[in-house]
Formats: sequence, C-alpha cells, structure tokens
Amino acid sequence: MSGQVLIEVQGLRKVFQDAENRVIALNDINLKVYEGEIYGIVGMSGAGKSTLIRCINRLDFPNEGQILYRGQDILTMDRQTLLQTRRKMGMIFQQFNLFMQRSIAENVRYPLEIAGVPRKQADNRVLELLEIVGLTDKAAAYPAQLSGGQRQRVGIARALASKPDVLLCDEATSALDPMTTQSILDLLQDINRRLGITILLITHEMAVIRQICHRVAILDGGKVVEEGSVDEVFLNTKSEAGKRLFGVLPEQSEEDPGVPSLRIVFDGAAAEKPVISTLSQETGVFVNILSANMNHLQGKMYGQMIIQKPGTEQENEAVISYLEKQGLTVREVNKP
Amino acid sequence: MSWDQLMPLILEGLWDTLYMTIPSTLLSYLIGMPLGLLLVVTGKGGIRPKPVFQSALSVTINFLRSIPFIILLVLLFPVTRAVMGRAIGTQAIIFPLVISAFPYVARMVENAVREVDHGVIEAALSMGSTDWQVIRKVMIPEALPSLLNGAAICMVTILGYTAMASAAGGGGLGALAITKGLNMRKYEIMYSASLTLVALVQFMTLFGNQISKRLDHRIKN
Repeated sequence: MSGQVLIEVQGLRKVFQDAENRVIALNDINLKVYEGEIYGIVGMSGAGKSTLIRCINRLDFPNEGQILYRGQDILTMDRQTLLQTRRKMGMIFQQFNLFMQRSIAENVRYPLEIAGVPRKQADNRVLELLEIVGLTDKAAAYPAQLSGGQRQRVGIARALASKPDVLLCDEATSALDPMTTQSILDLLQDINRRLGITILLITHEMAVIRQICHRVAILDGGKVVEEGSVDEVFLNTKSEAGKRLFGVLPEQSEEDPGVPSLRIVFDGAAAEKPVISTLSQETGVFVNILSANMNHLQGKMYGQMIIQKPGTEQENEAVISYLEKQGLTVREVNKP
Repeated sequence: MSWDQLMPLILEGLWDTLYMTIPSTLLSYLIGMPLGLLLVVTGKGGIRPKPVFQSALSVTINFLRSIPFIILLVLLFPVTRAVMGRAIGTQAIIFPLVISAFPYVARMVENAVREVDHGVIEAALSMGSTDWQVIRKVMIPEALPSLLNGAAICMVTILGYTAMASAAGGGGLGALAITKGLNMRKYEIMYSASLTLVALVQFMTLFGNQISKRLDHRIKN
C-alpha cells in the first residue's frame, strides 16, 4: 500500500438547498487515497458519506473543492475525459443496481459493450470475470433469480470488467446478512490483493472497516473528524463519532480504572460466545471484570470491557493471546 | 340480412379499421417515442436536466392532448388536404389520427421510462456510458415490458378514434356501425360491427399483455 496518491480530495464542500432548508452535507473534506490500499470512510447515516463517494466519480457535483485522480481534477475535466476516467473507476452499490432485463453475462458485458470491445473478446472477458466472483454457472440467469449476495457478486464482476484502477463501494454490504457480508468482504480483499485494485469504500459498520481496511476516515456532520491507519484509530479513538461507532460511551472511555488493567474492544468481528468464561477455562486464569459496556447489534457484540490485569506476566500474555485469537483487540491501560 | 351479405361488410370494415389503426400507431410512436424520452432525459433528476425546455415541451403536449379528436379532425382539414392530398377518406384520416395520438404516446413512453430504477441509470453512468448509450442500452430495454403494455393501450385508443372516421368520410367498423347500421336501421350490421370491434380490442390488449409478460425478466421463472 505504499503507492502513489491515486485520489486526492481537497476542500470538498457540498450544500443541499431548497426553499426552506439548507443542509451542509460535506464541509471542507480533505483525503488522500493511495494506490493499492483499501480506504474506508465510516459514519452514521446522514454523515455525508454517500454524497462524498458520489462526488468522486461526479455522479454528484460539489459546490467547492477539487477531486484529483492521478493529479487530474475530475470536476473540471471535459465530458470525454470524464467518461474515460469513469471507466477506470468501478462502482458497486448497496442495492446492486443490476440491469434487470439483461442476463448475468449481459450485465457483466455492458461496460465492454459501451467501450466498443469486440464481441468475442468481450465474451471471453465475461467468463473470466464470472470465474473471479464464482458465478460461472449463473451466466444465463437473470438478476431476479439470484440472491442478494450473488447479485452483489455480479455487481463486482461488472465493475471490474473495464479493468479499473479503483473500486468505489457505496455501502456494498449493507443490504446483506452477516454471513453474506463476510463472503463479499473476503472477495473484495482478494480482489485488492490479487488484482492490486485500490478500494474506496463507505460504510456505517465498523466491523467492515476493521476487517478489510488499511486506513479509515471517520465522517461526522459532513466533516472528517478522525483519520489514520485502522489500528491506530481503533485503539486511540479520539472523536465522539468514533467512540459512538465503536459502541463506547464517551464518559466510560475516559474513566480511569485505577489499577493496571486490560481494555478489550468488541467490534462485532468476534464470534458470539461467552468469551470470559471460556477464557478462564482455556487459560486457567480467573479474571476480574472492572467494567463493561456492550451492545448487541445484529447478532454481533460491540463495545468494550475493562478487566483487571492478571497477576503474573505469563498469565497476562496467555490472556492477551487467547483474546486476540478470538478476534478481539486488547490494549493495556494504566501500565504500572 | 343473410350471413353471406353481412360477412363481406364486416371483413371490409375490419380491414379499413386496421388500415387506419396500425400505420397511425407506428407513425405516432415515430414522433411520440423520442418526445417521451426527451421528457424524461431533460426532466428533473434526468440525465440532462433542462427545466425550461422540459416545461415548455410538457405544456405543449398537454395542450395537444386536450383537444378532442373530432374537433382536431375538423380543424386539421386544410392541413390534411395539403399533406395527404385530400381531407376525407380512410387514408386521409391517418394524418389527424397521428397528430391526435402522438402526444398521448409521448406521455405513455414518459411514464414507462420513468419507472426505470434511477440507481440502474446511475450504475450505467458510473461505468462511463454516454447519454445516448444510457437511453438506447438501459432506459429502453429496461422499460420494454412497460413500453409494450403502453403500446397496446395506445393502439386501442387509436382504434377508438377510428370509430369517428365516419365523420370525415372514412370507412372501418365504426363507420359501418353508424352509417349502414344505426342510420339505415339495420341493427344486425350495427351489432356485428360493434362486436367485432370489442373482440379486436380484447385481442390487442391480451396480446400486448402476453408479449410484455413474456419479455419481462423481473419475473422469476
């Protein structure tokens, strides 16, 4: 992910205005997306993230600012250059937006058709793409016959058809159940690794960020309130919006447990099971829970728990390694 | 009146009716279809919004639609004569029929195309489609089932108008029912011509719906 800057957003501002209301959807947004990385933008609904990603390929037009794609401003480029640039940016959507009257193969072939790729060549490419997303057997089916997860796979294959440099994902997993979400996230990660395609995604789910993103920006009220590598932002959440998204109550995160302790963060990624009981069984260490604040969302655990640090360094390491194996993040607080 | 005398009259009427209806429908679509698409494309939320142009077009279409056919028929006599060579007769009436029907067709097409999910059009735009590609490869194919249903309705409406052709010396089943049936008090002619019209309308509606359903891939099968 140590590439060049692929997309740079500078001073982006978007105001929606009608007779009575004036809503500032985006307020002075600055971001850099590097080649090869998975960059996540997370925020509650209404934070402006959809508007932001739609501005990137000029489906929406901001009031102020610049969007540089390989140094070229998307907002000022002429129409022909814009169309060519859009072909370098695939996009997938929450509602998939497949062509309902086209078969799966025809959906995937659409970007090749409009680019004037010869029929034979296009058909071969379609097969290749259906293989990548694991839907070769559905080539002749129609979108209405597929499940949500399969439809999103078609959306991904279609977005990859024109060999884009970047994939824009607009809440791509928000309409899917947790298991399907997982398989789509795995696919996106695979595409990023194997094909080297940069991914810019927006989501309201912290678990999505945590699982596949390298860097994250937290959007709140039309502003970027926090940005950095996922681990960094996750472990040192500074903004109120970030704490809300992690399911951490503000007053609690500031609380000083008074004794050396461990902070365990549940971000929805861990399997749902009684972690603390099994921890004691597996490691033989009995832990003392100092405080906990957990939220149950769609069958996943969000929040944090503070436990007293076990007596010996050995026990401590056993506890930390066990918890991390469960997909949880652990950080020592109040080191002696 | 015997069946042998009635049959040729009905068949001739049926032929004249179709001779007026089918070309009028085709020509109405030739004019109305691009206008309907234009209404969507230049409308609010369209791919090329042109609010002033769109309102002007919309008002004009409403104006044309509000003139009753029988009045339009008379008003257009001089124009029809100039265009078709004569103002009356089965062939000449195609012109006023088209003028009367194309605004209706434009609205039908507009409604059908507006039904296409905006997200799908955005997806096409995000892939770098030109406006023309969006219209030709997305809007029309995605709206096809709805467009076909609309076409059946338009055809039936035009068929209804042809019944008034007798007012301008045209033929067809409507004219047959009025001039030879009602006016001459030969009610068997009036009823059989009318029944044939009813059967024709039923057939067109059913046929249109069937094709529309057959071609609609949104239905799982």
